[in-house]
Amino acid sequence: MATRTSTIVHKQSANPSFLKATFAIIWKDVAAEFRSREIFSAMLVFSLLVILIFNFALELDIVTRQSVTAGVLWVTFAFAGTLGLNRSMAVEKDRGCLDGLLLAPVDRAAIYFGKVISNLVFMLIVEAIVLPVYSFLYNVNLFNPGLLLVILLGSIGYIAVGTLLASMAIQARTRDVLLPILLFPVAIPVLIAAVKASEGFLAGSDFSTIYAPLSLLIGYDVIFTAIPYMVFDYVVEE
Amino acid sequence: MITVHKLFKRFGMKTVLRGLDFEVQPGEFVALLGPNGAGKTTFMRILSSLSRPSLGTVSVAGYRLPDQAAAVRARLGVVSHLPLLYGDLTAEENLRFFGRMYGVQDIEGRITEVLELIGLAERRRDLVRTFSRGMQQRLAIGRAVFHDPDVMLFDEPHTGLDQDASVMLDEVLRSVAAKGRTIVMTSHDLLRAEDLATRFDILSRGSIAASSTRKELGKNNLLTFYRDALAG
Repeated sequence: MATRTSTIVHKQSANPSFLKATFAIIWKDVAAEFRSREIFSAMLVFSLLVILIFNFALELDIVTRQSVTAGVLWVTFAFAGTLGLNRSMAVEKDRGCLDGLLLAPVDRAAIYFGKVISNLVFMLIVEAIVLPVYSFLYNVNLFNPGLLLVILLGSIGYIAVGTLLASMAIQARTRDVLLPILLFPVAIPVLIAAVKASEGFLAGSDFSTIYAPLSLLIGYDVIFTAIPYMVFDYVVEE
Repeated sequence: MITVHKLFKRFGMKTVLRGLDFEVQPGEFVALLGPNGAGKTTFMRILSSLSRPSLGTVSVAGYRLPDQAAAVRARLGVVSHLPLLYGDLTAEENLRFFGRMYGVQDIEGRITEVLELIGLAERRRDLVRTFSRGMQQRLAIGRAVFHDPDVMLFDEPHTGLDQDASVMLDEVLRSVAAKGRTIVMTSHDLLRAEDLATRFDILSRGSIAASSTRKELGKNNLLTFYRDALAG
C-alpha cells in the first residue's frame, strides 16, 4: 500500500525541504501584509504615538533625554512587537489557516521559523522608521552601529520567544490579553539586557561594561531559537 | 486505506471517542453521520494528524499516526467548514503557497488545472476575501486536491452554504470522488450524504453504532437506518 501511494504522490509532489517551507511562509506573510498592511500599520502608528506621548509627558532636558532613550525605545519596541505578534497569529487563526499550515507535510519547526522571520522583518522595518523620528523629536543621535546591533539582537530574542508564546496563546479565547501576560515575564531578561547594552553604546561606555548584557542577549537568542525548534510541534498540536 | 482500532480520545476527564473501530477500503466514499457531540470532528482531527489519539492505533494510506504523521499528511487532503485560506491572497497565490508547502511539481500548470476543476479560473487573480462562502469552499477543495492526495477528509463541508452553493459543491465533490480517491465526509445532511456516499457509518457516543453500504441499504431510507442506529 505504501509503495503504491508513494508512486501516486511523487507524480505530483515531494515533501519540500525545511528551507523551502520556511521561505514559502515568509513569502506568504509578506505578500498578505503588503496587501492588508494590518500588522505593519498597527505597529508603526502605535510606536510613533508612544514616542510622541513620552516626548510630551517627560518634558526633559537634553541630558536627561539621553539617559532615558534606551528605556523609552525598548518600551516602544516591546509593546509594538506584542501588537504585531498578536495580529500575525490572529491571521492564522481567523479562517483556520493554522490548521492548513499544520496539515502540510513539512517539519513544523519550519512553520515556526517562517513566522519568526516574517515577524522580525515587520518589527525591523518599524524600528528603522521609528529611530530617525525619535532622533528628531528627542534630539539624540541614534546612528550608532553598536546600538543597531543591540536592536537587532534584542528584536530577534523578543520575536523568537514571542512567536512561540503567541502560538500557544492563539488557542485561547482571551489570546489578546494572554500574550502580554505570558510574554513580558519571559522576555524580561532580553529587555533588561537590551536596555543596558543600548545605554552602554549610547553613553560610549567601555566594551567591558557592555560585554555582559551583550553576551546575555546572544545567549538568550540562541536558547530561544533552539527551544522552539524542539517543542513547537507539541505546542501547536492538541 | 484507513484502519482505526480501539481508538480512545480524552480531553481531561471527558472521553470523546470510546474504543472506535473503523476501516475504509481504497476508493470508498464514506459518510460519517451522527448528532452534535458524537465525536465526528475529534475523529477527523485525529485522522488528519491535527490531534493525537489517547489510546488505540490509527493508520492512513499504510502509515501509522502519530509516528509517521508527515507521510500521512503528504497523502491527505482536508476540507473543513473553515476554508483554511488566506483572505489577503488571491486564489492562485493561495494555491501557489500550498503547492510550495506540499512540494508540488509544476505548480503553475497545476494551478490552472485545479482552478478549471473547481470553476474558478476566471477569478484566479481576485482576493479570496472578495469571494462568496460557496466560492471559498470550492477553492478550499482546490487547495485540498492540489497535491493529488489519495485520501480526502471532508468535515461538514456544506456548513454555511446556501442551496445553490451546496449543489455546486456537490458537483465538485463528485468529480473529486470520480478520480478514485478514498473519501470520508462528516455531515448532518442525510439527503446529501445519501446522494454522494457509497457507505454510511453512524457515530454515536464516541463509537460506530452502525455501518451500511449503499447496496446493503437497498431501498431502505437512510433516515430510518440513522434513527435505528441512534436508538439502538
